[in-house]
Amino acid sequence: MSIEVRNITKHFGDFRALDDVNLSVPTGKLVALLGPSGSGKTTLLRIIAGLEQADSGSGSILFHEEDVANTHVRHRRVGFVFQHYALFRHMTVFENVAFGLRVRPRKSRPNRRDIADTVHELLRLVQLDMLAGRYPSQLSGGQRQRVALARALAVEPKMLLLDEPFGALDAKVRKELRSWLRRLHDELNVTSVFVTHDQDEALEVANQIVVMNRGRVEQIGTPDEVFHHPQTEFVMHFLGDVNAFHGRVIQGNVQFGSLKVPLLENRQQIVGDARVFIRPHDVTIDTKTNGLPAIEARVVRVHSAGPLVRVELLTSANQRLISEISQERFVTMNLQPDSKVYIRPRHIRVFADS
Amino acid sequence: MANHTTPWPAIGEKALVRRLLIAVSLGFLTLFLFLPLVTVFAEALRNGAGAYIASFNDQAALAAIKLTLLVTAISLPLNLVFGLAAAWAIAKFEFRGKHLLITLIDLPFAVSPVISGLIYVLLYGMHGWLGPWLTEHDIQIIFAVPGIVLATIFVTFPFVAREVIPLMQEQGTEEEQAAMMLGAGGWQTFFRVTLPNVKWAVLYGVILCNARAMGEFGAVSVVSGHIRGKTNTMSLHVEILYNEYNFVAAFAVASLLALLALVTLALKSLIEWRSRTAQHSPFVPTSSEEESA
Amino acid sequence: MRVKLKQPSVLPGFGLTMGYTIFYLSVIVLIPLSAMFIRAGSMGPAEFWNVITAPRVMAAYRLTFGASLIAAVVNAFFGFIVAWVLVRYTFPGKRLVDAMVDLPFALPTAVSGIALVAIYSRNGLLGQYLEPMGIKVAYSPIGVTIALTFIGLPFVVRTLQPALEDLDVEVEEAATSLGASRFQTLRRIIVPTVLPAMLTGFSLAFARAVGEYGSVVFISGNMPMKTEIVPLLIISKLEQYDTAGATAIGVSMLVISFVILLAVNLLQWWVARRKRGA
Repeated sequence: MSIEVRNITKHFGDFRALDDVNLSVPTGKLVALLGPSGSGKTTLLRIIAGLEQADSGSGSILFHEEDVANTHVRHRRVGFVFQHYALFRHMTVFENVAFGLRVRPRKSRPNRRDIADTVHELLRLVQLDMLAGRYPSQLSGGQRQRVALARALAVEPKMLLLDEPFGALDAKVRKELRSWLRRLHDELNVTSVFVTHDQDEALEVANQIVVMNRGRVEQIGTPDEVFHHPQTEFVMHFLGDVNAFHGRVIQGNVQFGSLKVPLLENRQQIVGDARVFIRPHDVTIDTKTNGLPAIEARVVRVHSAGPLVRVELLTSANQRLISEISQERFVTMNLQPDSKVYIRPRHIRVFADS
Repeated sequence: MANHTTPWPAIGEKALVRRLLIAVSLGFLTLFLFLPLVTVFAEALRNGAGAYIASFNDQAALAAIKLTLLVTAISLPLNLVFGLAAAWAIAKFEFRGKHLLITLIDLPFAVSPVISGLIYVLLYGMHGWLGPWLTEHDIQIIFAVPGIVLATIFVTFPFVAREVIPLMQEQGTEEEQAAMMLGAGGWQTFFRVTLPNVKWAVLYGVILCNARAMGEFGAVSVVSGHIRGKTNTMSLHVEILYNEYNFVAAFAVASLLALLALVTLALKSLIEWRSRTAQHSPFVPTSSEEESA
Repeated sequence: MRVKLKQPSVLPGFGLTMGYTIFYLSVIVLIPLSAMFIRAGSMGPAEFWNVITAPRVMAAYRLTFGASLIAAVVNAFFGFIVAWVLVRYTFPGKRLVDAMVDLPFALPTAVSGIALVAIYSRNGLLGQYLEPMGIKVAYSPIGVTIALTFIGLPFVVRTLQPALEDLDVEVEEAATSLGASRFQTLRRIIVPTVLPAMLTGFSLAFARAVGEYGSVVFISGNMPMKTEIVPLLIISKLEQYDTAGATAIGVSMLVISFVILLAVNLLQWWVARRKRGA
C-alpha cells in the first residue's frame, strides 16, 4: 500500500514542526526519515499513523490514493513500533503479540487456536518463540524491539511505521538488528517507514531516504543519491564529514588557492563568493607535486587508529582541512606531523543556498 | 539490638548512639502507638471472654455494624468510579486548569471532619437551603442514612484518585496508543491495558478508603442524630456505650474497629511489598497518602 | 494561534470522564462548601466578627492552635529520630514497627479517643502514677496535646522517610573526610537538606491536629473556656440550633486550614523549583 503526504503543516504552539511537507512512498518500499532532533521526522511519522493531527486545512494523507483524514487510528491498520516499544508491561510476550487479535470484534476474531498459531509463527519470525512466557521487563532491549515488531505485524498491517527503531539499543545490537530488519522487509515486503537520526542506519537499511531539517524535506532519494549527490548544504553536512571554505566561483570553476577546480555538478548559475565543500575522502595527498597543480600544506596531526587514516592539515593559506586516506597510502608516504605535502581536491561542491 | 554492619562504615554513628536512638524511637512509639492499641483489647477483655462476646449480642450493636457496612458498600464504589474517571481525564490528557482540578480533588483532606458534616447540615438540614423543599417531599437526608453516606463520601473522596493519578501520569499514554493502533476500542484499552497497570494503586486507595469509611467519626457524628439502632455507625455506637459507662461493650465494639485497622495496615504493607517486588509494576505508594485525613 | 483548552489526543473518553469528574466534585465538595461560605456571607461582617471573637470561641482557638502546635513540634522532633532509625538502622521487628507507624491513620478516631482516656484517666494504666505526682493528663490541655500528638505522628515520619532515603551518602562521607564530627555533619549537612520535608510534615501534622475531633473529645473533658476545642464548639453550637454561629466558626477554621494547605503547597513548589535549579 502506497503512502502519499500532501502539503502537511503542523504547529505546536508557535513552533512550526512541519512546513508544507510532501512525500510519497511507493508500495513495498522501505523508507527512512532522516534528520536531527527537532527536524519534524517523528511528528511526520505520527501524523501518518494518525497519532497526531496535522494543522486543520493544511493538507492530506492518502493511503493507496484514499484520504485517511477521517479514519481513526484504530481503523487505519497501521503497524506502529514505538521508540520505547510501549509493550504492555503486565502481559507476557505471547499476550502482547496476541493483543491485536484478541480485541477484534467477536465476528472477525480468530479462535484461540488460530490466535496461538499466528502468535507462535510471528515469534518464530522474530526468533523469540522460546521467550513467549516472559514479561517485557525480563527481556533485553533488542528482544523488546522484536516483540514490538511482532505485535505490530500480528494485525496484518497495511504498512509498518517505526519510530527510531534502534535508538534505545547499544551499538552492537543496533548493527545486528539493522541487517535483520532489512532481511525481514525483503521477506514481508510491507511498505515501511522508519525514523532515524543516524545516517549510517538510514544508508544501510533504507531503499529511499527522506532527509529532513527544521520541518522541511531537504532531499529525497536513494542512499546513493543523497550521499553522492547532496542537493543542499544541510544534506552534505548531515551525511558524512565535510571540509568547508570560502572560495570564489568563476565560470564553473572554483578558485581554491592557486588551484582551479571544476564544479562537480552543473551549477552555472552560481557566481562570485560562495561556500565550498569537500569531503575528507575527496582530498588527495601527495608528497610530490608530480607536475600537477596542487596546494602546499603541512601535516598537523594524524589519527591512524581506524580503517582510514585521518590527517589534519594546514594549507599555506592558513586553512584547516581534513583528509582521509587509506592505511596503505599512509604507510607508503610515511607522514609525520610537520611533513610538507601537496593536496588536491577531487570533487568540490557549491550550493545555491549557501 | 542494633545491627553492627552498617553499609557506610565511615559515617555511621557510634554503637552507643545508635542504640540510644533506637531506644528513644521505640519508647516514643510504644507510648503513642502500641499502648493505645493494646489498651483497646485489654479493656475489651477486662471481664473475660464471655463478657466480650456478650457485648455483641445486642440489637443496637448489630444494627451499627450493619449500617457501617451499608454506608461503606455505597460510598466505596462511588469513590472508586470517581477516582478512575478523574485519573483517566487528568493523567491521559493535557488541558488547562489541571493543577487546580487536582487541588480541588484533594480539598476534603484539608477540611475538619466536623465541618465535613456541617456543610451537609447547612444544605440539607431542617434549616438548610433545601430543607423546606425536602420536608415538603418527605425526604430526610440529615439525621438519616443518606446524610451519613454523603458525609462518608466527602471524607473519603480523594483516596482512590490521589493514589491512581500520579501513577497513571507517570505511565504516560504510549501503551494506550499502541492498543488503539492494534485496533482496541476505548473500553478495551482501559480494561485490558490501563487498569491492570494501575491495579496495585487502585487496591491501595480502596483499602485506605475502606478503613476511613468504616471508622469515620466526626463527620458522621454531625449528620447522624445518634438514633440508636437506626443512624448509629460503629464509631458512634462506641461513643454512646462509652458515655453510658458501659466500658466493656464500648471497647468490645472498638476492638472490632481496631482489628479492621490492623488488617488495613497488614494489607497496606503487603501491597507496598508486592508492588516493590513485582517486576512489571512500578507503583510506589505516595509517601503521605493520608495527608491530613 | 488559538489557545486550546485541551490538546488533541487519539485516546477517547475525555468528555465522559471529565464531565463526570466535575459533576461529582461539584455535588460532593464544591456546592456544599460554597453553601457554607454563602451562608456565612449572609450574616453581615459585624455579627460574624462577634461570633468568632466571643471569649469562649477565643479560648477554644487558643487551646486548639496551642495544643496542635506543641503536638506538631513534639512530632517533628521524635518523628525525625524515628524516621532516621527506620531508614538508617536495622533491628529485629523493624518492618513491623515501620508498618505500625501508620496506625493513627488506620485506627478510627473514636477508638483512639477512648483508649487514650483509659490510659491517662485517674485509675488508668499511666494515670494512676501521673496524678499522684500532680500531673493531670485526662480532662486537661495536656490530654488534648497527647491526643493530637498521636494523630499527627505519621505525617512527619512519612514525609521524612523518602527525604532521608534520598540523602546522598557521599556528601556525608565528604563532610567526614573534611574533618566534620558526626554532630556537625548532622547539623550542617543533613538537617538543612531534609528541612523542607520536615516543615511539610510539621505543617501537615499541625493542619490535621487543628481539625481533629474524635480522638480529642473523650480525653479533653470539654469544659468551656478550659478544655473545649474548636470542632467541639461547632458541634455544640449546632446542638443548640445556633446554625449561624456554627457556620461562622466553621468558615474561620476552614480559611485557616486553606492557608496552611497553601503554605504547604508553596513550600513543596519552592523545594521542587530549588531542586530543579540545583
